[in-house]
This record gives sequence, structure tokens and C-alpha cells, in this order.
Amino acid sequence: MSQKTKIIEREEVVIRFSGDSGDGMQLTGTQFSDTSALFGNDVATFPDYPAEIRAPQGTVGGVSGFQLHFGHQEINTPGDFADVLVAMNPAALQANLKWVKPSGTIIVNEDSFTDKNLEKAGYDSDPLMDDKLADYNLIKAKVTTLTRECLKDSELDQKSVLRSKNMFTLGMVYWMFDRPFEHTEEFIEKKFKKYPAVVDANKKVLRAGYNFAKTIEALAYNFSVAPAKIRKGTYRNITGNKATAWGLMAAAERANLELFCGSYPITPATEILQELAARKDLGVKTFQAEDEIAGICTAIGASFAGDFAVTTTSGPGLALKTEAAGLAVMTELPLVIVNVQRGGPSTGLPTKTEQSDLLQAIHGRSGECPMPVIAASTPSDCFHYAFEAGRIALEHMTPVILLTDGFIANGAEPWRIPKMSELPEIIAPIAKEGDDFLPYAREEKRLSRKWAIPGTKGLEHRIGGLEKMDGDGTVSYVPENHQVMSDIRKRRVALVAENIPEIKVKGNEEADVLVVGWGGTYGHLITAVRELQKEEKSISLAHFNYIFPLPKNTAEVFSRYKKIIVCEINDGQFAEYLRSSFQDIKFEQHNKLMGLPFTVVELKERFNQLLEEK
Amino acid sequence: MADTVLNSPNIKKLSAKDFRSDQENRWCPGCGDHGILNSVQKALADMEIKKEDYAVISGIGCSSRFPYYMDTYGFHTIHGRAAAIASGVKCANPDLEVIQVSGDGDALAIGGNHFIHAVRRNIDMTILLFNNEIYGLTKGQYSPTSNQGMVTKTSPFGTIEEPFKPAQLALGAQSKFYARSIDTSIKLTTEVVKSASAHKGTSIVEILQNCVIYNDGTHALVTDKATKDDYQLILEQDKPMIFGIEKNKGLILGGNGKLIVVTIGEHGITEADVLVHDAHTENPHMHWLLSSMMAPEYPVALGVIRDVASPSYDEKMVQQIKDVQALSSIKNMDDLLNSGDTWVVE
Repeated sequence: MSQKTKIIEREEVVIRFSGDSGDGMQLTGTQFSDTSALFGNDVATFPDYPAEIRAPQGTVGGVSGFQLHFGHQEINTPGDFADVLVAMNPAALQANLKWVKPSGTIIVNEDSFTDKNLEKAGYDSDPLMDDKLADYNLIKAKVTTLTRECLKDSELDQKSVLRSKNMFTLGMVYWMFDRPFEHTEEFIEKKFKKYPAVVDANKKVLRAGYNFAKTIEALAYNFSVAPAKIRKGTYRNITGNKATAWGLMAAAERANLELFCGSYPITPATEILQELAARKDLGVKTFQAEDEIAGICTAIGASFAGDFAVTTTSGPGLALKTEAAGLAVMTELPLVIVNVQRGGPSTGLPTKTEQSDLLQAIHGRSGECPMPVIAASTPSDCFHYAFEAGRIALEHMTPVILLTDGFIANGAEPWRIPKMSELPEIIAPIAKEGDDFLPYAREEKRLSRKWAIPGTKGLEHRIGGLEKMDGDGTVSYVPENHQVMSDIRKRRVALVAENIPEIKVKGNEEADVLVVGWGGTYGHLITAVRELQKEEKSISLAHFNYIFPLPKNTAEVFSRYKKIIVCEINDGQFAEYLRSSFQDIKFEQHNKLMGLPFTVVELKERFNQLLEEK
Repeated sequence: MADTVLNSPNIKKLSAKDFRSDQENRWCPGCGDHGILNSVQKALADMEIKKEDYAVISGIGCSSRFPYYMDTYGFHTIHGRAAAIASGVKCANPDLEVIQVSGDGDALAIGGNHFIHAVRRNIDMTILLFNNEIYGLTKGQYSPTSNQGMVTKTSPFGTIEEPFKPAQLALGAQSKFYARSIDTSIKLTTEVVKSASAHKGTSIVEILQNCVIYNDGTHALVTDKATKDDYQLILEQDKPMIFGIEKNKGLILGGNGKLIVVTIGEHGITEADVLVHDAHTENPHMHWLLSSMMAPEYPVALGVIRDVASPSYDEKMVQQIKDVQALSSIKNMDDLLNSGDTWVVE
């Protein structure tokens, strides 16, 4: 597209767009990542935005960021540190400078570095004027002025003109990384279809930014990141929340059941409900309930009546659903409860990530109330594990908790689209008219009861939260029966281990150190472990998706390693759970509670330390 | 109401007995619930709905034991949540005839939120609200419908709370169907349950029920032989609102907007002056006045107070899915997975 002065081939690049929460940085980041994915790079992204929709303008608290990592090899994380930072105002620079690599490139909107904005961002002096940024490649652009100039003939009002300045920076970055415009132009045309003036303005500003970067030769060189060597197939970009919604829908289709989602909006899980609500064309029934409790209760009602029922939430919502979850265990109805974890306790850090609901998921109900728990580990594998949650729920007649987290739910990556025929058929034990039926009679293999769906002639029966007699399902206070039923409920969940894959270690079957993780930390853990493996360190990774019950070979795998370190974005909940399950094994821990994912750098440092300790 | 075959030769006529389960009834002897159970079993047998299409959903409390005594699909759930669970049942299968059974504590205290939202959505189901103005299963604490000043185990010096009138709560939530009956009147309860079931949308049947142990006689003026004729106004569509032992009392609307009890034949009042009941009028004003009447100042209004046609949530849900499906090119998951921006890696 352009005459490059000097082109530097790079394996991978990390860009962080940042600005006020109204500056359109999420959109800018998404456009760049989609374009890169279409170009053939592997991409991982992570949005980082404040909880307030419009936090005080110009303050550090109101900074919205979007980080993306693209490369021509496999990319598993959004990257620790940025090669390029786009900072639309002083607050964005203040908040993000610590995430820029030494000698990285910083693009700032020079117009926004006014005394007032500097003060709001907490600067005593203008960082563009002193030597604070001397070690970086600083590109100052008068983005506001240039955008205004470019649109001086436009019929748009000033506010709308200024709103398109994010396209100027996107254009600049497109030049720096040699990206094509087409995807973004199509996007603009579609998004503002009804406002031709806005379409023209955005396209014009995008090109102006591109040309500006070219004119000033924004870098002494241009980066080029060749397409990745990726498995053949058709791909799309997908976020974790969308993949979760689609995985649930896929399970419904393969089970030949209608999908019902009863849910209440809560950050960061809301997009799942939104995505399902948009899919009336596939017959999805969504019910925006009056509260979290009604969310799960409508789902339990729908499950009783024969739908594949799900409810979606985040930590505090899971707490509210606790009593009803117990009812689903007691009545042995299939149900998927999705918990997109966020920083806690209480309202905590709604827009930040954490893995601190693990023990709530495993144990957090009244009575002895076991329920399978599984966890997704990347944005795209949310599809697979949502499907798995549905498969286990329907085949075993049990509620299942699926854990994801804010990091993978909002993050996006390219995903090789599966064919529905590649997915297994799900067969729920539905009772038919004329069957011998007792509400709590069980099949032998999974000890699941049959699902007699209202409307089926002759199978009228009653269920409920009171303890039931083994077999006939009448209310029972017989002491021995409660023991029997409690044992069965425990055994039923344990039997799920017969229906899930064994854990596979990444790396050598025996090594000095085994890194153990679960859920959304996979990308960082595998990147750190692979980098150390390249350095010929004796280290492997066991990453868990099936949490409760654990895969059958877990103890055997653990026995082959000298040291085991459990890494989690919490205070050690999985480690605690493993200790109670395997009392003879010693587990080291690496934990973090900052609302942020791990960095590869910190993990490598910790693992090296462990490798060196005698 | 379920779209079930009317006059189908395959449906054998059911009797109340067909709806009796084999479970031993654990309600106290003399409890008003026994009468309600008989009435409901009779009503269900009278309707032309297949037995397997009934789903009876309850919460927690004495009344919520109800499903165990009904030989239908039944779900005894958790405290306060019956309305939410029943809503899910109806959405999953709109062909089912869903009946929710709750008490005043279950529906109006712990489940108040679900109650008003179920009514607001107008999901096609019948809510039987047993109102005994007391907590029975936990052995005698005041409820949200207990009269102010009532002495109970948790109000030893009398309650200081204003009670709810359930009908006002329902009308505030835009209720389209509200009926009232009493536990002792099998015939009236049977009739209003049938009317409630026939109504498309959320139908509420408040049943004044006597707790013989903890609040005996709370509805005595309305139920005792000696007084009931003077304190029951049984509403009938298009009929004048006349009551009293001598059938000579009626209601008129006073200039101050309040209902006034008059005697026909006194002060020049004739039957033509007495208000005529119209349950179908959309304006809820008169329904509010009627349902708010309390003894001894007024008779208590019984029968169908309000019955206004309006599309139900489940109808609209099914229709919306059909409409979207007719226009969308996405027919299955493979279509969806491959929709939008995709690219091929060779």
C-alpha cells in the first residue's frame, strides 16, 4: 500500500489504545484486531475499561484501554507490555506508561495536553516537554486539530467531528503496521448506514491519519508481521461471552431441545444474555428476570418443563442463586449456571478479572450439595466448555456450574469454526409415555433419574425441595433414607469423571516443576512455560478445565513431578481444594489479587526461582 | 389456558377423584385448605384439559403442600419463588395449564417481587393466593396481610405495620384478572378457578382461608352463617351489586368517589340506582374500590372482580420468535457460526 523506508519483520507486536472512556478506544482496538485477524495474524485482545459509563473526563479513573497482541506465531495472551501505546490524553499516558516496553513507541494527542488536563491526570509538569519520555519513541500528533481541519467542509457539528478523531489514530497505526482499510471502511458504512455524512467523515479521517503517519514517517521503520501459520479452516473472531452463548445454543441443537435462558443483567456476564436474546431466529427463549433469583428459578421451571435451561451471572449473582441451585440439585434437573467471575468480594471490581469464585462454585450451598464445576480457559474455548456444561447437565441430569472470567469473557481471538456435525449428539434420559416410571428410580451407569416432562401422558408426578424417598420420590424423613440419598448425590457427581477426558500435560511427562492452573490463566501460563521450555528448563503445565470432579488421572500426573506450583488469580482456592483432595502432595502457590491477569514476565520469574531452589 | 381439544372423543370425562394423589394429607383437621383442595380438584375435572397438561407449582408454606395432594405434574419449590418457577414452566411449554399455589407470606413477603412481576408480564397462569393473614407453617407470626395491631408470636405487643391488600398490589402491577373466594364455599371457588383458568394471562384468585390453629376466625364475618349474607357481595357480570339477608342492600358511588352501602326501598333508592358489575372494563377504578372493601364497613367482594382481555407474555413470546424466524436467513447453528466476518486459511 505504501512505500516503506525500512521494514522490520516482527514475530509479534502488542498495541495498547487508551483514552477517555468516551474516546472510542474499544472500537478502535476491535477494528485493528479484526483487520489483523483477516490479514492472517493470530490475535488476542483484552479490553480494560472503567465501571462507570462516563467516568470523570480526563481523569486516570476514567481511562479506557484496549490491548491487542498479534503475531505470525501462536498468540495466547494479549501481551504483558506494549510496543505501541496510543494515549489520547494525559490521563491515558499517566495510567498506561508503566505498560510500555522500554524504547517502545508512544503516540499522543498533543492537543489534549493542556494545563487543565495535565492537572487532572496528576502531572506537575508536561511530560511532552521534559525528558520523562526520552527513552521512548514519542510521536506527537495534533489529532484534534488535524481531525477538525480535515472535516472543515463537513456538515457535521463540532461534537460529531471530534467524535471521529479515534479514526485518525487508527489510520496512523494502520500505516505503521501496513494494514488494509477495507474491513474498517465496510464497518463504518454498515454502522452509520443512516448517516452518510458520518460515514464520509469517518472514512476521510481514517485516511487522513494514515497519510499523516506516512508524511511524518511516524517511525524510522515500519513493522511488518507476517501471517501466522494456522491450521486450515474457516475462521472468525469471537469473544468469550459470545462463544459461551453459542456453545449453549450448540448444546441445545445437539440435544434437540429448545434453549431457555433466565437471567438478570450483571457485568461482565450481560453479553451472554444479550447474544441469546438476539437469537430468536434459532428459537432461543430469553427471559430477563426481575432479579438473579428469578433468573435461576425461571430456568429451573423451564428445565422441569423440558427445555435445556441456563442462567448466566457473575459472582454476587451466583451468591443470590445459591438456594435455587440447591433445589436443582435436590430435584436432579439439568441446568447450566454460567458464572463470569469478576473481582470480589461484594460489588468489588465489576469490570476486572479474578478467579475467586471457585470455592463458592464447589461448596457454596446449604447442605451437602455437590454439583459439577467446569471452567473455560480462552475466549474461543468458552464455546467448547459451554457445550460440555450442557452435555454433562443433560446426560447426568444435574445442574452444572461453568466458570469463565472477565478476562476471557471480554477478550477476543480468532477461532476455527467447527461444523455442528463434529460435535457429539447429546442424549438426555427423557421418559416416554408408557415407560415404567418412578421419579427417583435410576439408571445404573450414571445413577441419573429419568426426565418425565409435563405433558407426557401417564407420568404425572411431584418433585420438590424436601428430601425424597429413594426410588418412588415421595417425601421422606426416614433417617436412613437421607443417608442413602446424600450418598447417591455425591456418587452421581463423582461418576461425571467417567464421562470427561483425562488431564493432558503440556511438556515432558516428568520434570522438575509442574505448573498447575485452571480456567482463564491458560494463555499466560502456557506462554511462560513454553518460553522456559525453549530455554531447556525442566517444566511442564497441567491446566484444568474439569474442576469438580477432577479428571481421573490427576493424582497419577501429580506424582511424576518434583515440585508443583498452583497459579491462580485469587488467594489460593484451587490449591486449597487440591490439598484437601491429595493430602500427601505439596503444592506451592503463586497468586495475585489486582484485578489483572498474570504477566508472562512475573510467571517466568517465579518459575525460575522455583527451578533454582534446591 | 391450554389449547386442548374440546369435545374430543378421546378425552374421557374426569372427576375430582382423578386428581387425588395417594399422599396422606398433612394439613390440620379443620384447615381451610381441605375445602380449597376439593374445589380445585373439582374445577380441574370440569375443564376440558388433559390431566397431563396441568402443572401445579408451589412455594413454601402450608398451602404450598398442595401439589403433593394433586395427581398432576407438580413442583413444590422454595420459599417465595413459585411465581418465577411457574413462569419458566409456562415459557418452556405454553401448552401447559400452569397453576401456582402460594400463601400470603410466600407470595407477598418473600416472593413479593416475583408476584408483581409475574402479574406485570401477564404470563398465562393461575395464581391461587391463600390468604389467612398469618404464618402457619412457622407456627404463628404475622404476615404482610395481618391487620395492624394483631398480636402474634413476633408481635407480642401488636404489629405496627400496615397490611397489604393483595388486590391493590395486583392492580398496581396492572393485573388483568382478579377474583376472590372463600375456603368454605366449594361452589364459588370451583367457579372462579374455572374462570381464572379460562382467562388468558395471569389470573389471581385470592382465597380467604382460615387457619384454625393460629388465626381462627379471621374471616368470620364473611364466613359465619349468621353474618355471611350481610358481608358477602358475590359479583356477577352485568348484574346489580346486591347483597344482604333480605337481598335489599346495594352499592352506589358517592359524590366523594367512595362506595356507599344503601338499602333498596329506603330514601327513594330503587334497584335501578344500584351499581352494575362489569369485570371487563379496562379502567381499574371500580375494581380497585370493590376489591378494597373490608368488613364491617362494607361487604367483602367475591367472585370475578376484574377480567380484562389482553395478550399474554407467552403468546407474544411465541409470536415474536415466529416473526423473527420468518425473516432471518439463519436457520441453524452452522448458519450462525459461518455468519458475519469470516476468513479462510488455506
